[in-house]
Amino acid sequence: MSSQNPLDSHHQDLSSRAMDYTVSSGRKFFGSLMTTLVILCVAIAILPLGSILFMLLKNGLGRLFQDFPAVFTELPPPPLVDGGGLRNAIMGTILTCLIGSLISVPVGVLTAIYTVEFGQGNKLSQFVRFCTNVLSGVPSIIAGLFAYGVVVLTMGTFSAIAGGVALSVLMVPIIIRTAEEGLKSIPREVRQGLVGIGATTFQGVFSVILPAALPFIATGVTLALARAAGETAPLLFTALFNQYDARSLREPTATLSVLIYNYAITPYKNQNELAWAAALIVVVLILAVSILARSFTKRKVY
Amino acid sequence: MTNPSIYSNSTDNSISGSPVITTENVSIFYGSFQAVRNVFLDIPKNKVVAFIGPSGCGKSTLLRCYNRLNDLIPGARVEGKITYQNIDLYDPKVDPVEVRRRIGMVFQRPNPFPKSIYENIAFGARINGYKGDMDELVERSLKGAALWDEVKDKLKESGLSLSGGQQQRLCIARTIAIEPEVILMDEPCSALDPISTLRVEDLIHELKQRFTIIIVTHNMQQASRVADYTAFFNAEAGEHGSRFGYLVEYDRTENIFNAPQEKATQDYVSGRFG
Amino acid sequence: MTSEPISHSESLVESSQRFRAPRLINQIFRWLTLALAVGIGLVLVWITYSLLSIALPAIAQFNLGFLFTQVWNPVQELYGALPQIYGTIVSSIIALIFAVPLGVGVAIFLSEDFLPRRVLTPIAFLVELLAAIPSVVYGMWGIFVFIPAILPILQGVHKAFGWIPFFSTAPSTRQMFATGLVLAIMILPTIIAISRDSLISVPPQLRQGAYGLGATRWETITQVLLPASLSGIIGSVMLALGRALGETMAAAMLIGNANRVNVSLFAPASTISALIANQFGEASGLQKSALFYQALILMVLTLVVNMLAEVIVNRFQQVE
Repeated sequence: MSSQNPLDSHHQDLSSRAMDYTVSSGRKFFGSLMTTLVILCVAIAILPLGSILFMLLKNGLGRLFQDFPAVFTELPPPPLVDGGGLRNAIMGTILTCLIGSLISVPVGVLTAIYTVEFGQGNKLSQFVRFCTNVLSGVPSIIAGLFAYGVVVLTMGTFSAIAGGVALSVLMVPIIIRTAEEGLKSIPREVRQGLVGIGATTFQGVFSVILPAALPFIATGVTLALARAAGETAPLLFTALFNQYDARSLREPTATLSVLIYNYAITPYKNQNELAWAAALIVVVLILAVSILARSFTKRKVY
Repeated sequence: MTNPSIYSNSTDNSISGSPVITTENVSIFYGSFQAVRNVFLDIPKNKVVAFIGPSGCGKSTLLRCYNRLNDLIPGARVEGKITYQNIDLYDPKVDPVEVRRRIGMVFQRPNPFPKSIYENIAFGARINGYKGDMDELVERSLKGAALWDEVKDKLKESGLSLSGGQQQRLCIARTIAIEPEVILMDEPCSALDPISTLRVEDLIHELKQRFTIIIVTHNMQQASRVADYTAFFNAEAGEHGSRFGYLVEYDRTENIFNAPQEKATQDYVSGRFG
Repeated sequence: MTSEPISHSESLVESSQRFRAPRLINQIFRWLTLALAVGIGLVLVWITYSLLSIALPAIAQFNLGFLFTQVWNPVQELYGALPQIYGTIVSSIIALIFAVPLGVGVAIFLSEDFLPRRVLTPIAFLVELLAAIPSVVYGMWGIFVFIPAILPILQGVHKAFGWIPFFSTAPSTRQMFATGLVLAIMILPTIIAISRDSLISVPPQLRQGAYGLGATRWETITQVLLPASLSGIIGSVMLALGRALGETMAAAMLIGNANRVNVSLFAPASTISALIANQFGEASGLQKSALFYQALILMVLTLVVNMLAEVIVNRFQQVE
């Protein structure tokens, strides 16, 4: 028996293993353990979101409903005075975002038109794409310091314009990226058709390609706005803050996000409350805009 | 005028009248790769010329040289001379955009613009400086493309809402609205069902009263049905295993299909290869 | 050539010359878009230059010694960036230590079919929402909710492991470690989104091949899918690192702004962006210049990290 053919024993070994259709318990345990772990990961990741939303609703909602129109229509009061609202900050956020869009949308869309329509993936287009991606990683406070150096020092005053410039630096990469996506979604056949009837690139882009890419561009603009509306750091030294309404574009302007920062770290209860209300407004605004962006994407032509 | 075996034969027996387009010793390159080699070919006025041949024989590539569409492909280069009404198409003084206005094109897949049916036609005319009655032009072009009766009540609807065959006729209407003299058609029926195909073929018969038409097709029956002249292209393996296309034979369509001079043509039209 | 239609009586050359306006407009338009595209490339240079020009006096005064000096004294006009550089890097590392395993775990969960699609999509949406919360709100949440909640746990850690230098001080209400944790939550969406994309883009043949050899789901994930998508995951981690390094508001509100290096993670610290946010308003002269010098360091730091990320992510897209 000891001199049994080794092949034989191997054969036997295989056939006995072939009967065993269950995965070994060690491998099974490893699988269950890992599955539990990733589910735990998801729970841990979502927990903070739930906690933040809960706190926002708990601390912000009351104030919003209590003095319903006042929160939107009145100015924030000085410390130790009750009541008041966020009018100047709401207007300031809208204003700075608007200025940011006025700069970043044309620049972003035209840049995308170059890289997709004229450059068609040449070396320069690739370089621009690289720079766009790196630009999107520039810390927001640096964008603020940049606008401080370029706009505030030149104009001699903090202003909504400076805030808008700072925000536009953060918005441009988002708009370029989505506009590029939109332009690329237009089928090659349509471009050929345009060439076939003797249209120049300019004529083709403005009459056919851009209108068809509009849903993408709208998505990009809303996503960029969602980002801009929540940014604080770039506005700290550009739009600064203002206890009152800004009467022109050339003076310090309050925004919701800076107001949250200023009022959250004060010891005054009323200001803390206003900060929570402002935070709730900003988050709801951002969520609404993000959902809006999704609905745009559904309206694709191609 | 070299390459006598094809060319002298054609001029003597079949090609009559002055050519609208001449092709003299044309070779086409993509980078260092030669796609088409040494083609001589004249296109007669108000006739339909079909380009047939196996895939990869360069027939579409050549077609795209006639309206300088190959300009858009980086690295594409044309050698030799192509003239249109005795003017060199590749003369630096000639604007490619203007060439495409004079020499219209219908593509393989219908490609209406995402605009209304009306605008699809008006747009091309407008950018090409048409100043006349636009409604009248739209109607005339749609009638010319045998589409008017089907769409006259829904001119405001999107061109993309039409069926594939209707879309292709819309593209033809769009092309004839800019009143070119030559229309290039790159396998215009390959994406269509048989009934739509027949309608487009009927249309080609009508269009040749007013236009010169060059049509690339992989369908030999189609060539025999619509074309006055047929050019047969073939592909051959060149150096380094790459393939290049060349013109084998160019003659009246009935000669190509019934009495070809070349063995390769005979083999192809009788279905022995390709 | 005998009977030309009227519209074509001009030769091609003549009408090419005549139809010049659209071509000219097209050329002008081309140059406009080209200028803007080049401009986008130059913005990075412009930003760096504008920081540099204001930082110049501080650079002249302190030189490279600035990077290694632990002092921030506006009265004597002596400045150094060591505590901020240390704080920026350490808080980011803490964030990565927690966010990477968590993020990759969530990415695996979202890219596999543990649950039906209609359950996964809302979960993915919730994770994306994390990215939509403004950083100042994270800061607020940190002050009022998160730090009070974890302080008892950290006190327990201090009691048990106080002999380890990192945990050697009693946990403060403003501190490096908690800041790192909040940063971890903030960079989670970045890691999850890109890691998930690269996991999904692994060719299905690889997975089928592994299953065909009798591998279980988790053996396939750990031995085939994760290695195959490694460069995408590393890229996502680099991008997340860039974000953590530059994050301002949460750090400014939570880290405590102590301008010295403290080995204990439970003690207040500082980061470059937090220092700028806190001091810029009152700064002038050399102090402002020193703040711009710090910003310049941050800019270089994030540029290097982001460019590396870009190169790595690009490579993963080419392999795809």
